[in-house]
Amino acid sequence: MSTLSYAGTTVDVDAEGFLTDPQQWNEEIAAEIAAENGIDQLTDRHWLVINFMRDTYLESGSAPSIRTLGKASGVPIKELYQLFPKGPAKLAAKIAGIPKPRGCI
Amino acid sequence: MDEQISKVSVIISKGSLEGVYPGLIMANGARMEGIEANLFFTFFGLDAINKAKHEHVKVSTVGNPGLHLATWAGGIPGVSALVTHKLAAEMEKLDIPPIPEFVEMIAESGAGLYACKASVDLFGLGEDDFIDEVDEVITVGEFYGLAAGGQIIFT
Repeated sequence: MSTLSYAGTTVDVDAEGFLTDPQQWNEEIAAEIAAENGIDQLTDRHWLVINFMRDTYLESGSAPSIRTLGKASGVPIKELYQLFPKGPAKLAAKIAGIPKPRGCI
Repeated sequence: MDEQISKVSVIISKGSLEGVYPGLIMANGARMEGIEANLFFTFFGLDAINKAKHEHVKVSTVGNPGLHLATWAGGIPGVSALVTHKLAAEMEKLDIPPIPEFVEMIAESGAGLYACKASVDLFGLGEDDFIDEVDEVITVGEFYGLAAGGQIIFT
């Protein structure tokens, strides 16, 4: 386990930079992770996805699939890919401060 | 991890359920990683984008040793439908969408969907036979043009 520093806070991360403890997360950290991954400005639409990812993970213990994101987050799949071009589920999980989703679908 | 795949072109050539899903999963998985993806449907793989057939793609129960089912049993009417039904229920539990929804999802993810011209001609099909998400009917040469610079996966 290694650590990274975001917004003046030190957080525990895995080898790919996903936070391993969602409790260490805050919105400033999210903004810095987003900027690091090519998203300079987190819009309301980004936040809708990020908060849905976090809520789902904290409630169920696993991140939602893209299918579930598309159906239940309020953001359709096409837009998910526009908001998070590097891959919506994984990048949104990273920004949301939850562990990397390991689903194939 | 330094070297990354930036584009994949997946060919789906079979019309059975187990023939169609792997290619869809590879293409969808590519998009999930931010990798550019194209899907090229050829031969019976065209059933996956055929409006009249995409809801009726079935598991092949004859000549499929992986099922560990006697060949004669696999040929009994209804067995293919039954096995398909059971598998579909298991897939739903894992949040794997049915083929029509999965193909639509992949199209929405920004992947290109193409039908093979030779197969379309062979089966006497036209663009109207396919779901709206299909971008174009293309020749194999055009497919290679689209696939240039990336990896090609044949399924």
